[in-house]
Amino acid sequence: MSFELDRIGLIHSNGQAQGQRALRAVSISAARGERLAIIGPSGAGKTTLLRILATSIRPTEGRVSVLGTNPWQLSSRELRRLRSGVGFIHQAPPIPPRQRVITAVIAGRLGQWPWWKSALSLIYPADIAGPREQLARLDLADRLFDRCDRLSGGQLQRVGVARVLYQRPDLLLADEPVSAMDPALADLTVGQLHAEAQSRGVTLVASLHAVDIALRWFPRVIGLKAGELVFDLPPAKVSESVLRDLYASETGVLPSQDNQPFHASFEGYATDDTPGGSGQVPLAPPRVI
Amino acid sequence: MGFCLQCWLTLLLLALLVWASFAYLALDLSRLFSLESGRGMLQFILRFFPPDTSAQFLRKIAGATLETLAISAIGTLLAAGAGLLLALPAAGRLGPVFKALTRFLLNALRSVPELVWAALMVLAAGLGPFAGTLALALHTSGVLGRLYAESLENAPPEPAQSLVESGAPPALAFGYATLPLIAPQLLSYSLYRWEMNIRMATVLGFVGAGGLGQMLYYELSLLHEAQASSVIFAMLALVVFVDAASAWVRRRQMRAGG
Amino acid sequence: MLLALLVLWPLMQIAEFRPSDLFDARNLEVMGGFLGQFFPPNMSGDFLAYALKATIETLAMATAGIALAMLLALPLGLVLTHSLSVSRIGPGSGRGAGEAVRAAARATLLILRGIPELVWALLLVRAFGLGPAAGVLAIALTYGGMLGKVYSEILESGDTRPARVLLESGSGRLMAFFYGLLPGAGQELASYTIYRWECAVRASVIMGFVGAGGLGQLMDQSMKMLNGGEVSTILIIFLLLVLLADALSVFLRKLLA
Repeated sequence: MSFELDRIGLIHSNGQAQGQRALRAVSISAARGERLAIIGPSGAGKTTLLRILATSIRPTEGRVSVLGTNPWQLSSRELRRLRSGVGFIHQAPPIPPRQRVITAVIAGRLGQWPWWKSALSLIYPADIAGPREQLARLDLADRLFDRCDRLSGGQLQRVGVARVLYQRPDLLLADEPVSAMDPALADLTVGQLHAEAQSRGVTLVASLHAVDIALRWFPRVIGLKAGELVFDLPPAKVSESVLRDLYASETGVLPSQDNQPFHASFEGYATDDTPGGSGQVPLAPPRVI
Repeated sequence: MGFCLQCWLTLLLLALLVWASFAYLALDLSRLFSLESGRGMLQFILRFFPPDTSAQFLRKIAGATLETLAISAIGTLLAAGAGLLLALPAAGRLGPVFKALTRFLLNALRSVPELVWAALMVLAAGLGPFAGTLALALHTSGVLGRLYAESLENAPPEPAQSLVESGAPPALAFGYATLPLIAPQLLSYSLYRWEMNIRMATVLGFVGAGGLGQMLYYELSLLHEAQASSVIFAMLALVVFVDAASAWVRRRQMRAGG
Repeated sequence: MLLALLVLWPLMQIAEFRPSDLFDARNLEVMGGFLGQFFPPNMSGDFLAYALKATIETLAMATAGIALAMLLALPLGLVLTHSLSVSRIGPGSGRGAGEAVRAAARATLLILRGIPELVWALLLVRAFGLGPAAGVLAIALTYGGMLGKVYSEILESGDTRPARVLLESGSGRLMAFFYGLLPGAGQELASYTIYRWECAVRASVIMGFVGAGGLGQLMDQSMKMLNGGEVSTILIIFLLLVLLADALSVFLRKLLA
């Protein structure tokens, strides 16, 4: 079992949202190697759910198990080890603007490297080939030594992806990982995330604003609305009426990656749900809309 | 490769300077932080405990604390007056010759540290708090004079000009138009300086200029560690209190301003 | 006006505000003789060599003191910084212990910077004997307290997400600082440290009055012997030194920006 959420609930205890309920009785579990997309209108609790899986928020109700253990019963040393095995791709990559791309990518391994190796890497990177390889997968190898404030939003987002790929986590979480990219790059990036998950047999959970990407790439789609689980279905079963229900409060047009009106149709979507997969990369999306 | 060679060279140079400093002072850190000196240090510290808390001594401390506050208050007040008088010529109101002369005077007053002024004033006025008051007043008038002159120069001239044009004498125009404009700023400079002077007044006594410092110096030279530690606690309390009070005032000002 | 007088009068009494003291015949005589010697300043080669050594000692004291202060301030400042707290994530276990350590660090910094450097010097001279060691340590303690507090304030005021995210992926506290906070805050940290170095130069100039080495010690001796010529030379050196530290600090901080 890669993770298991058992009737998770969360009421924010501080900050602006104090006292507000973000999640109610959400139960999801995933086996190792599964690939899940989380969709839902904004404010549905997608990010909160991912952060609970990333052990960065502790739910106020219910039980969490991540990579086989309850993170909140671990000693701080064990919790650190667990966290270094969980990768989280943020929508706005939290990378200092004055940092070099290579340093930002290397920071993915800080939880695994001994401290002296991390410290030396501040002066001279202990590994250059590794970060270059991960950036090359995302078509960014030539920016290895640039400073991050020279990059566009989409490029920075890919640096954030490269960092987590370099981390080689056992649980790969992604919060709107392609929101700042154009459709072609978004497909490339989601494709690489799938390739990583399939080739190493690790679990991938991504929240996505664009419904078409979710339906096209992910064998399992989860709908979240107002902090509650609405559906948990293979993409073929996610009908247009299900989607209309999920996004009922929004404008009527379903969100898609290029903001074109989107109409769900249900042939030929990814149904590969064999954990571990064949190591094959789905080279092109099965269907262009 | 584009790694910041300059940054590392600068850091190396700084490290070298630090190393040179330690070498020049012949400081042996390993000896300083050795077990033996640690034990000696602990014994030294233990002699300061428990502090003397007899009512009689506490009364003496309260007196010295009051003296420290009085030194700082009167010193700052004198400096504010002198600073204002010097700021007028220093802002160029009386022509360029006076401006250059007063600027030089202000710089000279400011550059001599309070403690040096105190040592000089002890010679001029004898031991005691009056020397400390004068020392603070001299140094602070240099600082405040310069700050006041800057605010005078930056004040918009139009309100005073219109008064002068309508027939008011320049001195009155200054009092009625310019001063109210910059008064809040002058006040905040003076309060800030007062805060620093309270801190300073606690140590001026080391050269015999009164207050808590003189008491500490006296008790330490008689090897009365218990009494000395009471004085140190009083100093700490005073500084912490002033810190908190000024933070409180600034927060209120910010809320009123924003 | 009356109220002001009512408050001021007792204050003036306490401060023994007696301007007539200034014109006391004996004081006037001492001061007059002393000031009379100010011109010309003592410019003999012997004395200048002596003063030069004391000047270098003063600068070295400030530099070594600030270096030690940084060593003291960085760990304390990092402990104090909320955004580098692992136990606040979640919040996880050990939160109470974390808060206790933070409170202890805050109290330590408060005591370090609450006691003026000259008081530290006076005490340390008794522990380590006369000489610059006491001065260096006094600067290290007081400025360590100041730097530690301001370091953590600077670190909290910037973007703290990078560090938090690194902690969430299992990085240690120190590396989260180096990789997550330092790139954004480094400039400001360095600039503030340089400013404090400038203050430390001023402080080490007067350390000598309690026997902790440097120019102040020389001045104290000359003053006790009422040697006006030497005192005026040292005052001139004071001026130059403070101006130099001022200019250097402005230059370095401009270089950083």
